[in-house]
Amino acid sequence: MGKERGGDIIIRDITIGQYYPAKSVLHSLDPRVKLAGTFLYIISLFIFESLSGYVLAGLILLLTIKASHVPFSYIVKGLKSVVFVMMFAVFFNVFFSHGQHQLVKYGVISITVEGIELACFMAIRLVYLILGSSLMTFTTTPNQLTDGLEKALAPLNRLKIPVHEIAMMMSIALRFIPILLEEADKIMKAQSARGADFETGNLMTRAKRLVPLLVPLFISAFRRANDLAMAMEARCYRGGEGRTKMKPLKYKRLDYVGYSLVASYLGIVFVIENYII
Amino acid sequence: MSIRLEHVNYVYSSGTAYEKHAVKDLNITIESGEFIGIIGHTGSGKSTLTQLLNGLIKATDGHIYYNDKSIYDKKFDMRQLRGQVGLVFQYPEHQLFETSIIRDVSFGPANMGLAKDEIEKRAKMALMQVGIGEDLFEASPFELSGGQRRRAAIAGVLAMEPSYLILDEPTAGLDPKGREEILELIRWLHETRHITVLLVSHSMEDVAEYVNRIIVMNHGQIAFDGVPKEVFKNYRELEKIGLAAPQVTYVMNQLKDNGFQVETDAVTVEEAYEAIKVWARKEGVIL
Repeated sequence: MGKERGGDIIIRDITIGQYYPAKSVLHSLDPRVKLAGTFLYIISLFIFESLSGYVLAGLILLLTIKASHVPFSYIVKGLKSVVFVMMFAVFFNVFFSHGQHQLVKYGVISITVEGIELACFMAIRLVYLILGSSLMTFTTTPNQLTDGLEKALAPLNRLKIPVHEIAMMMSIALRFIPILLEEADKIMKAQSARGADFETGNLMTRAKRLVPLLVPLFISAFRRANDLAMAMEARCYRGGEGRTKMKPLKYKRLDYVGYSLVASYLGIVFVIENYII
Repeated sequence: MSIRLEHVNYVYSSGTAYEKHAVKDLNITIESGEFIGIIGHTGSGKSTLTQLLNGLIKATDGHIYYNDKSIYDKKFDMRQLRGQVGLVFQYPEHQLFETSIIRDVSFGPANMGLAKDEIEKRAKMALMQVGIGEDLFEASPFELSGGQRRRAAIAGVLAMEPSYLILDEPTAGLDPKGREEILELIRWLHETRHITVLLVSHSMEDVAEYVNRIIVMNHGQIAFDGVPKEVFKNYRELEKIGLAAPQVTYVMNQLKDNGFQVETDAVTVEEAYEAIKVWARKEGVIL
């Protein structure tokens, strides 16, 4: 990616949180199953203390990725954007750790066997976490996702929490991410055509150079919000009360199979952690 | 002076489900002084072509030469190319960001590293050219009308004094008066300032009226390339790819089908009028 390519590549490279259209078992699962499964999977990652647990979690992840029909390379691309955060975490764990088996000690820096072990596990955990959650967004459209959330959180309505409104806000926000990315891409190109340079210089100059991108982007976001609000009002939208769905979520056999697989995974995790070691 | 494309390919998001072959094996030479219209339905590769020409996107495959120098050469000055090949995007007024019109128009020349008084001179001249008076120089972009804003944005590109000017649907969303103003401005730039113009448009009438060469894009390839009269002769093929000829060409063809032996290659109303006059003289009919 040469610098002459402008905004082209940078923006299209963000795959995290995107939907990947394909036909697979995972794509046709009820979003509630996927939400619950992902949630429990993430929790399980923080329960593990043994190596066998990580191996199991990794295997499960590989199997689900295989079943999702999303190309492996596409999923891994999403990791690129978090490499920095990961390195940061690993760095602190390796160089500022406590433990009995000290390897190096120099001033505030101390490297221990335990620290390295912890750093490795943490890195694996983070990778699993990101892959697992992005697998959910890859196989679920934003609309399904918010539908699932709305339905799953419906009991909160009794506590006067406006679940429908929150879900609506979420789905609008998600819906606008690709539009705004595209818009940003376009404005970036338009300003590059006038000789703007977004890629060189130190942090301060680069931040300053973002002004020609951010001002038009904000203006267009407001314009779009305005248009959308008008269009919703023109169609008499008035919130969640008494509102029905065109495609209500209904559990099928596949979804019960999904739930039982998640449950058995949790069972195995419990057994491994409590009895094997 | 020319821009030459040789076997240019461009593929979006290659290797994913979103992969799209936007342009395929394009070979085009744009000579200095031409006024070219690019037509094609949505997704035919027009926008990709315009962005390839000034190096905003890099061809996946193939070469582009600006004055016989490859623009993908490491030593090639891409910034200078951007100044030489001005690109006006669709709805250019959406890119205005400064607090005043004059400051926004100065953005391009300032990026070229020009001296302060030169920047000011160019910005003022560009604004004058597009018909924005001195009283509006200090106005905020929001205080201008839609048509004025569009012209100010075009001035932002003109201030870089390009030799080539590419405009992507410059009249989209304007009223008839605004359209006419913009098109006349473009014609003036071509005739008086000798700028080579590439006009991307959906309006066959506009293209027929102003340009002297038409490139028709379809599925990322060139379907037709020639003078308007020749290209619009293929109006049945054009219809198959979602385009059409100017209305008046249809009128002439209808006339001929109904037994009036007129020439059918007219693409503007003036030409049609001339063709009917010729026919009338031949047949001895008094108009």
